[in-house]
Amino acid sequence: MANDVKPKNFQEKMEVNIWALLIVLAISLSIGGIVEIVPLFTMKSTMEHNKHNELVWQREPGQTLDDWKPGDGIRPYTALELAGRDVYLREGCYTCHSQMVRPFRDEKERYGHYSLASESMYDHPFQWGSKRTGPDLARLGGKYSDDWHRKHLRAPRSVVPESVMPNYPWLAENMISWDIEVRMSAMQTLGVPYLDSDIKGANEQLDGKTEEDAMVAYLQVLGTMADLDENKVYRE
Amino acid sequence: MDAAAEQKYNFDVVRWFAVMSVVYLVVGALVGVYIASELAWPVLNFDSPYITFGRLRPLHTNAVIFAFGGCVLMATAFYSVQRTCGVRLWSDKLAWFTFWGWNAIIVGAVITLPLGLTGGKEYAELEWPLDILIAVVWLSYFFNFIMTISIRKTSHIYVSNWFFLGMMVMITYLHVVNSLAIPVSLFDSYSIFSGVQDAMIQWWWGHNAVGFYLTAGFLGIMYYFVPKQAGRPVYSYRLSVIHFWALMFGYVWLGAHHLQYTALPDWTGSLGAAVSLAMIIPSWGGAVNGMMTLSGAWDRLRDDYILRFLIMSLAFYAMSTFEGPVMSLKTVNALSHYTDWTVGHVHSGALGWVAMVGMGAIYHLIEKTYHVRMASQALLNAHFWTATIGAVVYIVAMWVSGIMQGLMWRAYDDYGTLAYTFAESVEAMHPYYAMRAVGGMIFLLGAVLMLVNVIMTVRKSVSEGNLQQARTAVAGA
Repeated sequence: MANDVKPKNFQEKMEVNIWALLIVLAISLSIGGIVEIVPLFTMKSTMEHNKHNELVWQREPGQTLDDWKPGDGIRPYTALELAGRDVYLREGCYTCHSQMVRPFRDEKERYGHYSLASESMYDHPFQWGSKRTGPDLARLGGKYSDDWHRKHLRAPRSVVPESVMPNYPWLAENMISWDIEVRMSAMQTLGVPYLDSDIKGANEQLDGKTEEDAMVAYLQVLGTMADLDENKVYRE
Repeated sequence: MDAAAEQKYNFDVVRWFAVMSVVYLVVGALVGVYIASELAWPVLNFDSPYITFGRLRPLHTNAVIFAFGGCVLMATAFYSVQRTCGVRLWSDKLAWFTFWGWNAIIVGAVITLPLGLTGGKEYAELEWPLDILIAVVWLSYFFNFIMTISIRKTSHIYVSNWFFLGMMVMITYLHVVNSLAIPVSLFDSYSIFSGVQDAMIQWWWGHNAVGFYLTAGFLGIMYYFVPKQAGRPVYSYRLSVIHFWALMFGYVWLGAHHLQYTALPDWTGSLGAAVSLAMIIPSWGGAVNGMMTLSGAWDRLRDDYILRFLIMSLAFYAMSTFEGPVMSLKTVNALSHYTDWTVGHVHSGALGWVAMVGMGAIYHLIEKTYHVRMASQALLNAHFWTATIGAVVYIVAMWVSGIMQGLMWRAYDDYGTLAYTFAESVEAMHPYYAMRAVGGMIFLLGAVLMLVNVIMTVRKSVSEGNLQQARTAVAGA
């Protein structure tokens, strides 16, 4: 290198020394991400259940996931619901449906109470979505009957003529073919509070279930876990 | 014909990346037009799992961003780093590993995404075995690039290389962190993060894939190819220094503006929006620097069609980098978020800026590395106009539909109840979804013209022996 003149300033030092440029870039590029991401893991105020314990299901010893009733609090998905969520991911539902109600009057009337961070804390990965080609699904659970969902999944336009959603007839034909116990164990490793007794025998519970059964179970639990109080401010 | 350059530098790998980028442009745009048509006419889903919107949409985004965009970035970075450093690539073998590895990933994506094998994170759908391969191939690209700079014959590192380097560092961070997942089978995994943290990490990655892969990388392209094609030096060195560091430090903060009014804590979204606004300045610094490089040579736009692509791209870049910060403002975002406006914004950047500057650079590369002019200037001009008109039709359709959606969702009647059902808003979108598909088709037509022109040019170079002569001629003769 023809490098007989000494660099005059910071910029010139960067321009003649690739390793210095690399290091300075590596540092500058890391700062924004660290500042915005790390506090989300450490600040207690990020998750609403740290202040409002009742949001999370307080499971009594000996209770199974099936003993939970809507409104009892946020809990891990049952084996069938988790399988439904796998189908939801596989079919790319998040490309058209959000699961994140914002705190606006119109969204409250259309969908329900705004979503809390705690409500998706067991969602690996999150499914908040970014686009509403179809409506938000965060509070879908309990709004329609299981039968409506089956009709709608097989042929959306038979119940909503304006819909542009694809038909999903194969969900009713496909049996759940994957090992749900491995998946529940993976979730347990990641911190989702499954008990070993929830996982053991989960595969047998899914015997004879179709992907459609799983999908309906998942859609029917969305947004029904926590009983949210209109008069409480969960988020500042 | 430049026999000296042909023999000194590795142009082979550049040619392969350049030609493949055009093939992937056609494929990616074709899938895009198909899924756009599915939204207008849902019968096109044909009740087949493999071609539903939900499975093909990730294929479209991966094809245009990673297949087309990736091949453009690799072709241009490998070419310009050799020219600006005055040395051959540090390792030819490693460059070929990058080429075959990257293409293997693309084939993997084409097979796995329609099968529904997905991580379920937008734009980062590929499953863990492919994620590992991406990391390895990306690092091979990064390492070869930086080693080539380290053995350079020039004293100073040229500005295009700063931008490429920034992209390489940042994409390594983003890809590694956002892809962290726990495998549950050979082609399935769950993200190790959940809920709000996963959302922030996803949009930190998502916005910086735009900010670094599609912006910093393509600004690197702009800084080499605009001055070369225009035959003028970069307008302002000082401006390039300032906007480079501002972009590198600032862009990283923007991801949070994708999560306004969600369950992400308010401080994070506001911080993201504040920095977003400030980013107008460095973004426009780049656009001005590119455009003003033409000062004194504006007449060249009359007959240099390649230069037109490059300049039009900067106009779109300036437009989208103004629109983006506006959309990050909370009041605007409340309306625009979840609507087609976002899709329109992405495409004004993707079609108008990334594709236009990429296509201009690829035309330049084809001429330089095949040692021949593009075979048809008429096709080149037709491509310029179809690309421009297609992009504009697309963007306008999405502006109208997006704003209409946002207004319909929040509209109230005289009795204080919601004026429209969601289904009514879907129905109202139909004409705009059809218009968007037409805009996409016009753009796709241009991409096909490009492919035809590139094939004709390669054949011309082969039949007239230009490439052969460049390879064998005594250098300097």
